[in-house]
Amino acid sequence: MEPPETTSTVTLRVNGVQHSLDLDHRTTVLDALREHLGLTGAKKGCDHAQCGACTVLVDGRRTNSCLLLAVAHDGAEVTTVEGLAEGDALHPLQAAFLERDGFQCGYCTPGQLCSALGMIAEAGAGAPSLVTPPAEAALSPAPVPLSPEEIRERMSGNLCRCGAYGNIVAAIEDVTR
Amino acid sequence: MRAFAYERAGGVDEAIAAVAASPGGMFLGGGTNLVDLMKLGVASPGLLVDIGRLPLTEVRETPDGGLHIGANVRNSDLAAHPAVRSRYPALSQAVLAGASGQIRNTATTGGNLLQRTRCLYFQDVAKPCNKREPGSGCPAREGVHRDLAVLGHSPMCVATHPSDMAVALAALDAVVHLRGPGGERTVPLCDFHRLPGDEPQRDTVIEPAELVVAVGLPAPPAGRSAYRKARDRASYAFALASVAAVLDVRAGVVEEVRLAFGGLAHKPWRARVAEEALRGAPATEESFARAAEAELAAAEPLRENGFKVRLARNLAVRMLGDLAAPAGEGSAS
Ligand SMILES: Cc1cc2nc3c(=O)[nH]c(=O)nc-3n(C[C@H](O)[C@H](O)[C@H](O)COP(=O)(O)OP(=O)(O)OC[C@H]3O[C@@H](n4cnc5c(N)ncnc54)[C@H](O)[C@@H]3O)c2cc1C
Ligand code: SF4
Ligand code: FES
Ligand code: FES
Repeated sequence: MEPPETTSTVTLRVNGVQHSLDLDHRTTVLDALREHLGLTGAKKGCDHAQCGACTVLVDGRRTNSCLLLAVAHDGAEVTTVEGLAEGDALHPLQAAFLERDGFQCGYCTPGQLCSALGMIAEAGAGAPSLVTPPAEAALSPAPVPLSPEEIRERMSGNLCRCGAYGNIVAAIEDVTR
Repeated sequence: MRAFAYERAGGVDEAIAAVAASPGGMFLGGGTNLVDLMKLGVASPGLLVDIGRLPLTEVRETPDGGLHIGANVRNSDLAAHPAVRSRYPALSQAVLAGASGQIRNTATTGGNLLQRTRCLYFQDVAKPCNKREPGSGCPAREGVHRDLAVLGHSPMCVATHPSDMAVALAALDAVVHLRGPGGERTVPLCDFHRLPGDEPQRDTVIEPAELVVAVGLPAPPAGRSAYRKARDRASYAFALASVAAVLDVRAGVVEEVRLAFGGLAHKPWRARVAEEALRGAPATEESFARAAEAELAAAEPLRENGFKVRLARNLAVRMLGDLAAPAGEGSAS
């Protein structure tokens, strides 16, 4: 019997550009981005979904790319921090993080930005968080206003060793107000 | 991580057949637990059968007024579903109390039920562990066990089941719909997870190559329901103890109650002793405390986790009190 294939050709559309890669099945989306496509924006902090530094958007939803097997996401649309700015024009979230000093060393920042982008869309679509009052569980979900408490709860999957949390929340508030 | 073959299943039966035919085969859901364990060397499948694209993504109301939740419904979609939020708030809250926004976007209903314990020894292949390697011993019993079980543990294993969602499902009398090489069956959620006994390697009653296809909920019970979780930080941490409850009070008397604890045992702990004590009792803090204490009298805490017994008692008393308070006078979240 032939040994089973342990590699596959995987297609990912990253920041609008299509890539076809021959990958060992063990390759995560994070490693595909960093090691195979040279996109080092998404960071590897823990490699176990415990820190959020690797957060990217996959098919529009934020997720930890360190636990996604690339082969399982063949054909996916991926947005990384490199895809946020339009040319030289920063994304409003990026501008707000600069304005508010929403970082110190910057290691967690790409993950914070992608997470915030996904989070704002989730709240806009009416998705609740643990701190959303149950009374607001209407049958047709209205956008959830992003109070600082909501932002903190929804961003809890992104750790910052420098403790820039206060300014990160302020930056996100600036964009959502 | 060991190299592995990968197949994307085209259908439920194809997925089951592929795993059944391969001794080292495993289903891949969202992968948020399995890929983690593969990186740690705790799981080393030779074949992953990806079920993530199977169309088990429906949340639909059933003719009996209940809810059918497909195994591939993502945790975030389940928590946000209008029928879940409005009719089963404890379930929505339990899912939202778990993990992070990113993880919930990826994790599936089936995978959540089947996630493995967070016991540190289980996750460290350099250590013995009866669950990972039957017969090798349980270092947690004498070692680091602050987060582990106080109820229903065995000399072989003192692990807890980490799912928040499953605790709410236990209180809501959910069932698990399974399909395997031998056909279909339905198991009450409360019988799906096991106590460790002398087979701690088995977390649940699932058989090899059996697939969770859906979770079923009966019509929502009368009364109010909620989930509350105590943990070491305000968010993004596993439960030290948690409680899901449904309470129906009429004229100051407990008409019906369902209570389940999380973080205390190898499975969601349905508190039937407490429920029995409460039915027909006055809905007062005294009754709630007496009932919780009766349930927790069976606790056998380890050296470092005795605090969990008091914590669970207080969580239950506080939650039942909130649920008993007429709307507006207490928060049921
Ligand atoms: C940092 C971190 C924090 C977390 N915090 C929490 C928390 O606070 N509370 C909580 O409840 N959870 C928490 N989790 C766990 C998370 O909820 C689970 O990892 C997730 O629910 C698993 O779902 P999945 O689809 O990714 O499963 P997978 O990883 O894909 O699968 C898990 C297991 O289930 C099997 N499987 C998957 N789907 C099926 C199916 N349909 N039928 C049969 N077998 C199947 C797989 O073979 C595997 O053995 C946390 C996880 C991380 C990484
Ligand atoms: S408690 Fe269970 S999982 Fe933890 S070391 Fe003991 S046997 Fe292993
Ligand atoms: S690197 Fe993915 S969460 Fe830390
Ligand atoms: S800015 Fe340094 S980790 Fe967040």
